[in-house]
Amino acid sequence: MDLYQELILEHSKHPVGAGLREPFDAEVHQVNTSCGDEVTLRVGLDGSGEAAIVRDVSYDSIGCSISVAAASVLAEEVTGHSVAEALRTFEAMRGMLTSRGTDAGDEEMIGDGVAFAGVAKYPARVKCALLAWTAFTDALARAGIDLPVRAGSAPTTDRTSQENTESSGRTA
Amino acid sequence: MLDVERLREDFPLLHRTVRDGRPLVYLDSGATSQKPRVVLDAERDFYEQHNAAVHRGAHQLAEEATDAFEEARGKVAAFIGGAPDEVVFTKNATESLNLVAYALGNAGAPGAVDGADPAVAARLQIGPGDEIVVTEMEHHANLLPWQELARRTGATLRWLGLTADGELDLATLDTIVTPRTKVLAFTHVSNVLGTINPVSALVAKAREVGALTVLDACQSVPHLPVDVRELGVDFLAFSGHKMLGPLGIGVLWGQAELLAAMPPFITGGSMIETVRMEGSTYAAPPQRFEAGVPVAAQAVGLGAACDYLTALDMTTVAEHDRRITAAVLDGLAERPWVRVLGPLDPQKRCGAVAFVVDGVHPHDVGQVLDDSGVAVRTGHHCAAPLHRAFGVVASTRASFAAYTTLDEVQAFLVALDRVPQIFGISTSGAPSRGPREVLSEARAKTSWGE
Repeated sequence: MDLYQELILEHSKHPVGAGLREPFDAEVHQVNTSCGDEVTLRVGLDGSGEAAIVRDVSYDSIGCSISVAAASVLAEEVTGHSVAEALRTFEAMRGMLTSRGTDAGDEEMIGDGVAFAGVAKYPARVKCALLAWTAFTDALARAGIDLPVRAGSAPTTDRTSQENTESSGRTA
Repeated sequence: MLDVERLREDFPLLHRTVRDGRPLVYLDSGATSQKPRVVLDAERDFYEQHNAAVHRGAHQLAEEATDAFEEARGKVAAFIGGAPDEVVFTKNATESLNLVAYALGNAGAPGAVDGADPAVAARLQIGPGDEIVVTEMEHHANLLPWQELARRTGATLRWLGLTADGELDLATLDTIVTPRTKVLAFTHVSNVLGTINPVSALVAKAREVGALTVLDACQSVPHLPVDVRELGVDFLAFSGHKMLGPLGIGVLWGQAELLAAMPPFITGGSMIETVRMEGSTYAAPPQRFEAGVPVAAQAVGLGAACDYLTALDMTTVAEHDRRITAAVLDGLAERPWVRVLGPLDPQKRCGAVAFVVDGVHPHDVGQVLDDSGVAVRTGHHCAAPLHRAFGVVASTRASFAAYTTLDEVQAFLVALDRVPQIFGISTSGAPSRGPREVLSEARAKTSWGE
């Protein structure tokens, strides 16, 4: 089945950058209330604003293979990049995931994230793949980054993530 | 023995395919059952021929609609061995349970019900120092209303814990259920473990201390013969859509003398006697608890579902369920990488088998099954404390109905074998920890059930 690409299984078994580390600028805890999946995610930044560099993303993810692998790919794709680049990756990732399968994903932009293209065909699992990304953008906001308005966002998925996730956080 | 192949002809949905042409194997009847054509036809006939607002209007259609609605009430009452006036139609079982909890919460207010028998009214009142007892295996629908009632009234919520085998821990019954207990609310059959609870022992204890009993029968009424007088409970709640009936209708059955003394939960039209600006009086049960225009078409559909199940014969349905349950348990026992939650003896359970595959999240298990056309439920099944007691976040649940076949059980087992292949887990050897170990470890880490 095209959902469980080898890349996803690998990331879920050996998640990149897993574990919570210090120092960090903001920590966010998100729960998917429909299934109980949880992620605690920390972001450490160097600099400020969109030019800031994502120095570290550390996380503790409890959930299905999709949600754990998504956190792993996120950490791999955004660490060492600027906040502006990370947000572009997020938008590309979200665009693909909410496309119902019409957007195969741009490997240049999202790297191993393309393995999640199959998830888009399973609406119930999109929120698993977005959980860590939602936590990441929430953590950026808590760390003082002024997030741009989400252009071209898919309203249905936004509603899903609003209804089904609960978030709490703190800044270090 | 049920002629399952024949009765499946009555269920249009069971013949469709899913996921690129695979035959549907529907093992999620515990969440909601599929509906036979007679139920759909009954609803359609009501709308096409008799639709009008029940208990209102002087025209012929209003009479016919009212007759159809009340006839359905009689069918439901007969199906569970109660009297028609003891059957309250609600939106679903959740509303039925909330109805009892809110009515008890309102019972202490002055003038709650005019002319109520004071001795009966006293049994319904709840306040500080009183205790409400539930169990750790409850669906949230039979837990949260009682948590809320305790919070609003100052009463204390207590609960019976579980054994490692997924049965109620009755060793603590005498210390948990005491003369302070006003309500003992518990499920007849666990929606996760399938455990059939010992109703008679619990009812006997509740009677000894003068507590009201509230039984969640959502998972028993579709699978077992249920007779309210034999069970001896005070209230019993179930939903229509899990027993081959329509969505949007539930039932609360209550002992007549208790309902008569109970204040309403939802107020408004249809449930009144006289209304004045200064205050109002209420209709007798069951109308007192049916505010607003009743869900007549759904009631008629539920009546048809009762007829359908009666024709199958509930004893025969129960035997069929045991055969299916046993086949699932046998199949899972051959797979040491699967850990079943709940009793391993099919005589002690019905309706559903929940399990975990160590190392694979239930969502992933469910997704692999879905890819083979097998529909199961994954998650905490609205029973988070139960899962916590077993040291797991979630589980995968296969659940059954009269239309479930042994071939479907085989298809499910074959599909399940793809899980270790895809996720690369070992299929040999026994699981490292059994439920007993997991439960005791989980208990050591948390204070649940203490």
